[in-house]
Amino acid sequence: MPAVQETIEQVSAIDVDKYKYGFFTEIESELSPKGLNEDIVRYISAKKNEPEWLTEWRLEAFRRWQTMAEPTWARVDYPPIDFQDLHYYAAPKKTPGPKSLDEVDPELLRTYEKLGIPLREQELLAGVEGAAQPRVAVDAVFDSVSVVTTFKKELAKHGVIFCSISEAVREHPELVKKYLGSVVPTTDNYYATLNSAVFSDGSFVYIPKGVRCPMELSTYFRINEKNTGQFERTLIIADEGSYVSYLEGCTAPSRDENQLHAAVVELVALDDAEIKYSTVQNWYPGDAEGKGGIYNFVTKRGDCRGRNSKISWTQVETGSAITWKYPSCILRGDNSRGEFYSIAISNGKQQVDSGTKMIHLGKNTTSKIISKGIAAGKSDNTYRGLVQIGRKATGARNFTNCDSLLIGNKCGAHTVPYIESKNASAVVEHEATTSKISDDQMFYCLSRGLGEEEAIALIVNGFVRDVLQQLPMEFMVETQKLIGISLEGSVG
Amino acid sequence: MLEIKNLHARIDDREILKGLDLTVNPGEVHAIMGPNGAGKSTLSYILAGKDDYEVTEGEVLLNGVNILEMEPNERATAGLFLAFQYPIEIPGVASMTFLRAALNAHRKARGEGDITTPDFMRLIKDTAAKLNISPEMLKRPVNVGFSGGEKKRNEVMQMALLQPSFAILDETDSGLDIDALKVVADGVNALRSPDRSFVVITHYQRLLNYIVPDFVHVLSAGRIVASGGKELALDLEKNGYAGYVQDAA
Ligand SMILES: Nc1ncnc2c1ncn2[C@@H]1O[C@H](COP(=O)(O)OP(=O)(O)OP(=O)(O)O)[C@@H](O)[C@H]1O
Ligand SMILES: [Mg+2]
Repeated sequence: MPAVQETIEQVSAIDVDKYKYGFFTEIESELSPKGLNEDIVRYISAKKNEPEWLTEWRLEAFRRWQTMAEPTWARVDYPPIDFQDLHYYAAPKKTPGPKSLDEVDPELLRTYEKLGIPLREQELLAGVEGAAQPRVAVDAVFDSVSVVTTFKKELAKHGVIFCSISEAVREHPELVKKYLGSVVPTTDNYYATLNSAVFSDGSFVYIPKGVRCPMELSTYFRINEKNTGQFERTLIIADEGSYVSYLEGCTAPSRDENQLHAAVVELVALDDAEIKYSTVQNWYPGDAEGKGGIYNFVTKRGDCRGRNSKISWTQVETGSAITWKYPSCILRGDNSRGEFYSIAISNGKQQVDSGTKMIHLGKNTTSKIISKGIAAGKSDNTYRGLVQIGRKATGARNFTNCDSLLIGNKCGAHTVPYIESKNASAVVEHEATTSKISDDQMFYCLSRGLGEEEAIALIVNGFVRDVLQQLPMEFMVETQKLIGISLEGSVG
Repeated sequence: MLEIKNLHARIDDREILKGLDLTVNPGEVHAIMGPNGAGKSTLSYILAGKDDYEVTEGEVLLNGVNILEMEPNERATAGLFLAFQYPIEIPGVASMTFLRAALNAHRKARGEGDITTPDFMRLIKDTAAKLNISPEMLKRPVNVGFSGGEKKRNEVMQMALLQPSFAILDETDSGLDIDALKVVADGVNALRSPDRSFVVITHYQRLLNYIVPDFVHVLSAGRIVASGGKELALDLEKNGYAGYVQDAA
């Protein structure tokens, strides 16, 4: 019997405190003045010592943004955002840029420790049996800046670049210039354009030709300061024949007011390259009455630019008051493949409108979408997905499976699939189900001694099992616990 | 151990249990037989705490405590177990995971920590072997695609792991082949002890050759209408319920 596989399924050790990342770190910050105008854009660019071309790039995006209107097509509802009432830049004073671990403010290190994020570069205990712990390189982004990136030296030995995007702009301008905005253009959509104007920090990854990245890469985003927006920008390039697995995690303090998070993530996979991108999104969701919480308006897109390339998105969305997010794949290279695996959980008054777009352009491109939506409390949970087959995408195939699970009877789950095919040879399959946890299932679990919330966590973890298995091993147990925690208070 | 006094229960507007009395002492095995629709499963669900039923009168004491006020999981961790007549399917949840969660819930109620993986594996392996359950089956989702007999064996497996002090087996013998019947009966007999009691609901006298009861009761139209020793089952097998059902009317 494979013991490891089964031990993962420990759902009973669920923490009692609901949102345990809701604390605030007392740390001196440098804030830009509130509001947004060309001067603020220049201020951010200057803070980051950016070259002229990037300042101009930002300003152009800002000018464009001023002519745009907020999208309203998503099934989410919120009062108008006052974009002039935000700080667009916030950085801990003592750590102006990424440094080595010894130089990082101890208060920040403690914060990440509290969040359960390992910033220490644990050495492998050579020769000790069973000590080969998996290692994960971490880029820690605190409000608008990256405070540290671990394992950089070791990664450099393999030619892998893993650093903050600000550093990449300085150290690897040719790569940044070539790829930034090449997947999500500055004109793409309201929030992506805003991000292009004011983006703060995020991660940059470059995997050279033929290299299989020797460890998991991950970025932890933490919003700390109040009345700020976080606008991170991540760019990952997998050169020919390379492979990388990357994971991002997100948390924020519990606050009564809403906070805006508008990120842009761009992935580029060249010939025969593969990128596996996983997200565990646990921004503060607001309280049970819907007060506070993060507005998570995110544009994530991967470009399978090369032949036989592959991009796989896995997301576990449990946080945020509102989630508006559609990680997509442009399947440009022939035989390229896109995957989207999603678990989206909404509880309380959370609103989720999430899904994906699979744009088939090349021949024999394939895509797979597995979405598991779980709605509890008074929440609303929508899957919105587009499968588009271009004229030249002969032999394209898509398989979509969307399952929704309702807990209680005050929540809603909706599935909105769009299919557009311009090539008659394409095969597009779509399956969808909606179910409830039945009273009989609950009673059966309870009669075996499980509490109501334990039973729900168990059943939900069963429901999302296929997707959970897509996550890197190291994160599966934590994620299962997180699922249990996010469903607390979903009954009664 | 268990005392049921004048239990009346209804579902919607229909009274199903109409003044049921039953006392089970520690170490005893009671068999309940009776025609379809008599209320046997209803009784077992009410004992386990299913909330579809409204108890209008009477009480149920488990070791002196009125359990009707308790949640189903509290009853379970207090030592009560129901082997379902129709076990429920839980897609996606491996049987193994389910067993472990149940076992840990019991341990938690006793103030113990979670069972370690090696201990759990050993326990599962031993228990499954005794009940002729293949480890492959335990990797599959709870009851999903299990044959009728497999479902019943899985119920007994859960009972064997949780070691209840009071167990109700609702037609656990139905759907078992002859060999499985013996295996299941052996499983139950292995658990018999002076401080553990069983109520075995069955339609077939044959089971009682393997699990020999101390008492046999006839439940008809919501009441116990006759009680006796194991020879009562033989009589029922020969003559049917006709005589008892009329008495009840
Ligand atoms: N949810 C329900 N709604 C309406 N009637 C019900 C419900 N559950 C049980 N009943 C009725 O209560 C009566 C007793 O049912 P119960 O399942 O307890 O019988 P039983 O003695 O276990 O029968 P069997 O030997 O067939 O298993 C039956 O007439 C049944 O139809
Ligand atoms: Mg029955």
